[in-house]
Amino acid sequence: MLNLFAAAAAPKMAGFAITGELPFFAALAGLAMLSAVGVVAFNNAVRSALCLVLNFFVLAGIYFTLNAEMMGITQVVVYTGAIMVLFLFVIMLLNLSAPALLQDKNDPKTAVGMTLGMVMFTLVALQVLPGLMSKTEPGAVDGYGSPVNVGRALFTGFVIPFEAVSILLLIGIVGSILLAKRRF
Amino acid sequence: MSGVPLAAYLALGLFMFMTGVVGVVIRRSPIVIFMCIELMLNAVNLTFLAFARYQFSPMVAGNSFKEGQSAMAGQMMVIFVMAVAAAEVAVGLGIIMAIFRLRDNIDIDEMNLLKG
Repeated sequence: MLNLFAAAAAPKMAGFAITGELPFFAALAGLAMLSAVGVVAFNNAVRSALCLVLNFFVLAGIYFTLNAEMMGITQVVVYTGAIMVLFLFVIMLLNLSAPALLQDKNDPKTAVGMTLGMVMFTLVALQVLPGLMSKTEPGAVDGYGSPVNVGRALFTGFVIPFEAVSILLLIGIVGSILLAKRRF
Repeated sequence: MSGVPLAAYLALGLFMFMTGVVGVVIRRSPIVIFMCIELMLNAVNLTFLAFARYQFSPMVAGNSFKEGQSAMAGQMMVIFVMAVAAAEVAVGLGIIMAIFRLRDNIDIDEMNLLKG
């Protein structure tokens, strides 16, 4: 157990080694940003949901470029596989296609919200990013994101939070069934 | 090695988070607001993973148990965020369904019972 990474034997991510890494990331990031804007901008809830699915897929790709393979797979399975299916089910159950329900009024909230978002983005970016500009060298060991190492860490050092999360999920299951069954 | 700088990942995460914030503020459909919350959680996950990869003190094989654990802490947080997000979505969509059954209308601006 002392050497957490010795037993990894994970194959090194071949591919974008020296050249082409930055353009690849830029393409993925542009797609992620476009789909994130699409979630907010589309008036139709189904289109928003599909944009979110695209965003989650692209994020999984970005996780792969970060060498966090296990997290990328989990992202696809949990988010696009489970959570978004739940979203689409609820959208179809609620029959949200009535346009009157989703049409945003031309209220000042839109302008205020956009201004607020841009101001917050600028503030946080100015505070955080300049100090980290020179950091381009990954510090993590190869194979730090392989299922072997993630599982080993999860079941040794992080086993108590893991169990707490399992209890939380159980409570979530019971609570959602209760909410769905109850007659108000 | 000419990799992608850490700041690029952080900027992407920041942009996605702010898009989620703006969406929560300006949209009126609770479903879309939930999606924006998911967007924010994913932005945080991306930031966690970026810091996990570009960690400042490199962990080499053979270090002590504690250091090995701290090298994995970012990914562990991502797992827990995903689990909490799954529970939150299940319960939240259940609440939306319940409200829809009760009122036949889920405009978020008209839910002002707590206004006093």
